[in-house]
Amino acid sequence: MTTAGQLTHLPRIRRIEMREIVKRFPGVLANSKVNFDVNAGEVHALLGENGAGKSTLMRQLYGLYRPDEGQILIDGKAVEFHSPADAIRAGIGMIHQHFMLVPTLTVAQNVALGLKSSREPLLDLDRVSARISELSQAYGLKVDPSAYVWQLSVGEQQRVEIIKSLYRGASIIILDEPTAVLTPQEVNDLFATLKRMVGEGHGLVFISHKLHEVMEISDRVTVLRDGQTIGVRLTKEVTRDELVKMMVGREVKPLSPQPAKVGAVRLEIKDLRAMGDRGTEMLRGVNLQVHAGEIVGVAGVSGNGQRELAECLTGLRKATYGQILINGEDMTHAPLLKRMAAGQAYIPEERMRDGAIREFSVQENLFLRDHSAPQYRRGVFMDFSRMAARTRQLVDEFNVKTPRLDTPLKNLSGGNIQKLILARELSRKPVVLIAAQPTRGVDIGATEYIHKRLLEQRAAGTAILLISEDLDEIRTLSDRIAVMYEGQIIGVVERDQATVEQIGLMMAGVSKEDALQRRSDLAHLSYP
Amino acid sequence: MTEILSAAVIVGILTSAIRLATPYLFASIGEAFAQTSGVLNLGVDGIMLMGAFSAFYVTLHTGNVWLGALAAMLVGLLMGLLMSLISVTFKAEQGISGIGLYMFGLGLSSLLFKVLVGTVYTISGFPVIKIPFLSQIPYIGQIFFQHSLPVYAAFLLVPLAWWLLDKTTWGLKIKSVGQNPAAADSLGVNVDRVRYFSVCLGAVLAGLAGASLSTALVNLFQENLTAGLGFIAVALVYFGGWRPLGILAGALLFSVVNAFQLWLQVLGVNIQSDVAVMLPYLLTIAVLAFSMNRVRQPAALNKPFERGEN
Repeated sequence: MTTAGQLTHLPRIRRIEMREIVKRFPGVLANSKVNFDVNAGEVHALLGENGAGKSTLMRQLYGLYRPDEGQILIDGKAVEFHSPADAIRAGIGMIHQHFMLVPTLTVAQNVALGLKSSREPLLDLDRVSARISELSQAYGLKVDPSAYVWQLSVGEQQRVEIIKSLYRGASIIILDEPTAVLTPQEVNDLFATLKRMVGEGHGLVFISHKLHEVMEISDRVTVLRDGQTIGVRLTKEVTRDELVKMMVGREVKPLSPQPAKVGAVRLEIKDLRAMGDRGTEMLRGVNLQVHAGEIVGVAGVSGNGQRELAECLTGLRKATYGQILINGEDMTHAPLLKRMAAGQAYIPEERMRDGAIREFSVQENLFLRDHSAPQYRRGVFMDFSRMAARTRQLVDEFNVKTPRLDTPLKNLSGGNIQKLILARELSRKPVVLIAAQPTRGVDIGATEYIHKRLLEQRAAGTAILLISEDLDEIRTLSDRIAVMYEGQIIGVVERDQATVEQIGLMMAGVSKEDALQRRSDLAHLSYP
Repeated sequence: MTEILSAAVIVGILTSAIRLATPYLFASIGEAFAQTSGVLNLGVDGIMLMGAFSAFYVTLHTGNVWLGALAAMLVGLLMGLLMSLISVTFKAEQGISGIGLYMFGLGLSSLLFKVLVGTVYTISGFPVIKIPFLSQIPYIGQIFFQHSLPVYAAFLLVPLAWWLLDKTTWGLKIKSVGQNPAAADSLGVNVDRVRYFSVCLGAVLAGLAGASLSTALVNLFQENLTAGLGFIAVALVYFGGWRPLGILAGALLFSVVNAFQLWLQVLGVNIQSDVAVMLPYLLTIAVLAFSMNRVRQPAALNKPFERGEN
C-alpha cells in the first residue's frame, strides 16, 4: 500500500484531540480523564514527573494501548486504533525513548521493515534508500542508508527514527524524551530539525521533564501529575517556576552547595584499563583523583566507559591494567568484601539489576550487605528483631515511603527504591562513594532529596564520584567535572569555570584546550 | 590403513556424507527459521521422529512415497502449531516446551510403531535419480549426482533459505522479530504471526527431515530412529551462525565425520563401534565450545514478546 512514491499524497492531519482519556492498569489509575490536543505546525510539550502518565497517554495515541474510556478525534472524526499499524496509517508517528531499531540491520532495512515493497515479495531497498536520501535532504537529517544501525551514534539513530516516521507519512509525531540520550550539540541539531518539521506543517508532541528544553522548543505546554491534567499554558506566558509548581505540586528551591572543604586523596585511579562486554577495550587508561569532601562528576555520552569504570571501581569488572587506590591502599584486584571494609559504598546505575532484589522485602534489601555483621547475629542465626528495629530507623531517617517493612520492593516507586539503596549505602558512613546515575528515572521530589543527601555526605567528608548522563545534575553537584570520552578522561574542569558548551564539546571528543579555543573563536564570530 | 585412503573408499565416504547431510540440512535450516524469529525449538528431534514414522507408515500402506512425505509435512505442521501455541501464544519457557515436544514425539512415535506396525519392515523409498551427463563425470558424478530426490531438495534448500531471509520482505520481518520484536511491533509487524509462520515452517522441514531418514536414507522405521540427530541439528544452527551457508558447512562437517565412522566399521578397522558412533557427538561438543559466535545470535531468542513491556 505504502510505497515511496505515494507518500506525498497522504492526507495531512490538522488537529488531533484526546478527550477524557481514562487508562487503568492493575492497581494504578494511569490516566484519569486526561484532555490533550495538538495542531499542525506547533510543538506541544507534555510535561510531568516519571509516572505522571505522559508515556501512557501517548502510547494510546500510537495504538500500543487502548483507552478504557474517552475518545481520540482526528480532524473532528472519532478514531479507534487497535495497533500501531492503525496509528501509522492514520498519519501518526512516534519516536520512542528506547529506540525501536534493529541494530543488526541497515538503516534502509529498518526503514523498510513492515512496509509493502514495490517488488513484493522481494525487497526494494534501492528505492527505499533513494527516498531516505530525499527526506534527509529535505529535513536536514544526515544519515547513510546503507550503514548498519549498530555502527551509528545515538544522535544518528534518533535521526533514523525520525526518518522512519516521515517515510511513513506521519503528520503528527510524538517524541518521547528525545533529548535524554543526546549531547548538548546533538540537542541543538535535533531542535533545528524539529523547527524545520513544524515549518513543513507537522504537529509535534514533545514529552519531557526537562524544563529548559520545554521552554526553548515548545509553543504550548500541558502538565500532567498523578495521571491528571493539571493545566495547559502557552509557553511564552508561563515561567519555569510556575511549571515546576504545576509538575511537583509545591515549590522546589534550587540547591546552592556550600564551597567544598577538600581533604586528602581518598580515591585514586591510575591508568586504569578494562574490557567491555563485547570484548573491546572500554577503559583506555583512566586517571582521576577524588579527595575527601568533594564531589567529582563524570560526564559523558553513555557508552564511553562510565559503566565499566563504576564496575571496575566496585570490583564487578576486572581491570586489565592500572591501579585503584583507596586511602592509598591498592584495591585493584581486591575482593568486594575488602573494598567494603575499606569504606567503599556503591549506588549502581541499574538499581533493579545490581542494587536490589525485586521480590525481597524492604528489610531484606536493607540487609543485603550486612546480613552477617556481628551485631545482627545470634550465633548462626540472624537477629530479626534487631534488624527490624534498624530498618524502621533507616526507613524513617531516609524518608522511604513503604506501607510495611516486609513489603516486597517491587511495590515501591523508583524514587523510594533509590532512597532505600541510599539508606543502605550511606548508613555505613562510607569513605568513598561511587554514585552512578543516582536520580535516573526518579521524580523531582526524590531527586531533590537524593541531591541533598549527597551534599550532606560530601560535607561529612566522603569522597564522592558521581557518574551521570544528566548534565544539569553534574553541574549542580560537582566541584570538579571530569569528561569521559572513548574510555578516557578527556579533561577535568572546575565547576565554576565550565560552560555547557565547553562540556558538550568535550563530550563529543574535543579536548579541553581545543574546546576553550573553539569557544573564543565562536565568541569572535558572533561579536565581530 | 592404506585401504582407507584408496580412491574408491574416499569416494564412498563422500557419497555417504552427501546422503547423510540430508536430514541435518532439512532440520537445521528449518530450525534456523524458528530461531531467527526468536523461538528456540528444542523439539526438532520429536518432530523428526513423528515425521519419519508418518512417512514410513503411509508409504508402507499406500506404496506411494510422495504421500508419505506429504504426511510427514502435515504432522510436522501440526507439531509446529502446537509448539507455537505453547511458546508464542501462551509464552511458556521455550526450552522446556521444546523438551516436552521432544518427549511427546519420541513417546508417541514409539507407541504408534508398536501398535500399528510391530516389527521392522523395509519399504521402497525414493528412488535414486541419476542426473543425465553430470552423473557420468568420474568421481564427482557418483559423489554428487546419483542420489534420491530428498537429497537434492535438501541442498537446494540452502540457497532458497538464504534468498528468503536476505532478499524478501518476509525475511526482513523474521529477522527483525528475532532481534527486536518491540521495534517490529511498533512498525505494525504482527510479531506473533511471523513467529507462528517461522516455527511452523521449521517444523514442516523437520517433518521432512524425518521423512528423508525413513524413506530415502534407511527406508525403514524403528523406535528412536533419529537417535538425537535433531539435537545436533539445533547445535548446527548455532555453529552456522544462523546463516544457511554456515549451516551447510556444519552439516557437511558432521556428515563427513559420520560417514567416516560408518566406513571405519564397514572396513572392519579395529575400533570399538561405540567409540566410532560417539565421534559426531564429541565433535558437536568440541565445535560448539570453540566456535560460539554470539554476535549474530538473535537478541530476542528465547524471549516471549509482550507488548509495552519497556
